[in-house]
Amino acid sequence: MPPESKPFESLRRPFGKRLKNAFSMQGTSSRTTYVVIAACTFALLLIGWIVVTGHDWVMPIFLPSPASILVRLATLAEDGTLWSDVSSSLYRIMVGFLCAFIGALAVGILIGAYRFWEAALEPLIDFVRYMPVVAFVPLTILWTGTGDAQKFLIIWIGTFFQQALMFKDNIKRVPRDYASLGRTLGLSGRQVLLRIVVPSALPDIWDTLRISLGWAWTWVVLAELVAADSGIGYRITVAQRYFQTDTAIGYILVLGILGLVTDQTMKAVHRKLFGYAR
Amino acid sequence: MSAYKLSLQNVGKQFASKSKTTTVLQGITLDVADEEFVSVVGVSGCGKSTLLAIIAGLENFDAGQVLVDGVGIEGPGRDRGVVFQSHTLLPWLTAQQNVEFALRAGGMRRAEAALVARDHLERVKLGPFAGHYPSQLSGGMKQRVAIARTLSYKPEVMLMDEPFGALDAFTRVRMQELLTQIWEDHKLTVMLVTHDVEEAVFLSDRVFVMGSNPGTIKSTFVIDLPRPRSRELTRSARFVALQADILESIHDDLPR
Repeated sequence: MPPESKPFESLRRPFGKRLKNAFSMQGTSSRTTYVVIAACTFALLLIGWIVVTGHDWVMPIFLPSPASILVRLATLAEDGTLWSDVSSSLYRIMVGFLCAFIGALAVGILIGAYRFWEAALEPLIDFVRYMPVVAFVPLTILWTGTGDAQKFLIIWIGTFFQQALMFKDNIKRVPRDYASLGRTLGLSGRQVLLRIVVPSALPDIWDTLRISLGWAWTWVVLAELVAADSGIGYRITVAQRYFQTDTAIGYILVLGILGLVTDQTMKAVHRKLFGYAR
Repeated sequence: MSAYKLSLQNVGKQFASKSKTTTVLQGITLDVADEEFVSVVGVSGCGKSTLLAIIAGLENFDAGQVLVDGVGIEGPGRDRGVVFQSHTLLPWLTAQQNVEFALRAGGMRRAEAALVARDHLERVKLGPFAGHYPSQLSGGMKQRVAIARTLSYKPEVMLMDEPFGALDAFTRVRMQELLTQIWEDHKLTVMLVTHDVEEAVFLSDRVFVMGSNPGTIKSTFVIDLPRPRSRELTRSARFVALQADILESIHDDLPR
C-alpha cells in the first residue's frame, strides 16, 4: 500500500509516469498524453528536415528547406495559383465523388438487401474492382478527352465499385432482429428496408464515405498528373518539369493537410449526427 | 371455431442440408387459452426458439397449422407481438419515440401515439426516461422499453424469446417481478421461451417441456400457485417441487 493514496492521483501523475503507462501493452493513456506524443513525431521529423537542409547535406533540387517551401507556397497563394489549383481539384472531386456515392449507395442497398441483386451485380462489381484504376487512364482519355469529364470518370471508376461493396457490407451488418421486428410490426419489406435497416446502417455508411473520400483524392491527382491544364496534380507535374521541387513538395503537403482537415471534419459531423449511439 | 387464443396442431419443421434432412420440430400440438401465461422450456438446441419464430411468422414450417383465434397465420403480423432476446430498440430514437414507432407503423395518429406510448412507459416504470436514447439506458431498462413497445399496440399474443437471457441475475429477478405484475394487472396471452426453469414456474400458468432431436413437447405442467405472485413464493414447498419435477423432465433428455 502506498503511504497516502489520494483520490484522482492519476490526474496529477507526472508525465514520465503517464508515458510509462502508454508504453505498456494495450495500456491506456489520457488524450493529452496522446496529443503530446503525436506532436513530438511531427516535431522530430521537422527538426530532422531543417538540420539536413540547413547543412546542405542534400541539394535543394532534391529536398528544399521547409522555410523555402513555405515561402514558395506563400507566393503561389498570393498570385492565386494555389487557390485556383485547389479549387479545380476540389470541384472535380465533388462531382466525381458525388456521382459515385449516389450510385454506389443505391447499388449497395440493393445488393445488401435483395438476394436477386446480389447475385446479379456482386460478381460483376468484384470483377471490375480488381482492375487497377491506373489501367483505365488511357481508355478514359480516348473516351472523354482530357477535360473535367475524364477526371470525373477516373474518380468514379476508382470509388464506385469499392463503395458499393462497402455499403453492401454496412447494410448486411444490421442485426437480423431489427428486420424481424419491422416485419412483426406489420411493415412491408420495403418499409423495413427504408425505415429500419438503412437508418440503422447510416453511421457505418458515413464512415465508408469518409474512408473512400481519401481514395478520391488519390484518383484526382493521378488523373491530373497524366493529362490536365489545371489542378494540384497538374501543378506538381509542371513543377517537376522545371525542377521546382519546392512547389511539388509544397503541394503534396497541401494535399496531406486537406485530407487531414476533411477527415477530421467528417469525424466531427459523425459525432454530431450519430451522437445518440454513444 | 377454436376456443383457444393460440393453437398449434401437429407443427413440424425440417432443415435440409446436402447430406441429410434434420427434423427440428415434430408433431408439436398445444393450445393456449385467452389471457393465459405459458412458458416453453428445454435444453439449448431443442428448437424452442425456432418454435417461437414459427408462431411469430418469421420462420416457415413444413407441417401442421398455427392458429390465432382459430385462423391460420400467414407470415408475421401485428396480432403477434414479439419481445426479442436482444432489445431491438432503434438507436436513433428515444424510448418514447421507439414505442411511438410501433404505434405509428399501425397507422395511429401522432398525437394519440404520443399519449399511448407515454402511458406504456409509465407501466414499465420508465416515465422519467422517456426522452433517453437506448445508449443511455441499462440493459434491463432497454428490455422494459421493448416490452412497453410490444404491449402498446395490443397484440393478441405476446411472444417472448428469452427476453431476460442477457441480463444479470439481479436485474433478471426484478424484471420477472415487473412482468408478472403487469400481467396480473392487464391480463394478456403470453408465450415465453426460456431455459430458466425458476423463471418459467414463477411467471406461468402452464409450462411446456420440450425434448430435443427432434423437438417435441414431452410434458406439460400446470403451475397451480396462487396469484398475485411475489418473490417469497419461490421458497414455498410447492414451488420447489414443481421446479424439481420440471428439471427432472428436462434432464431425461440429456445423455448421461
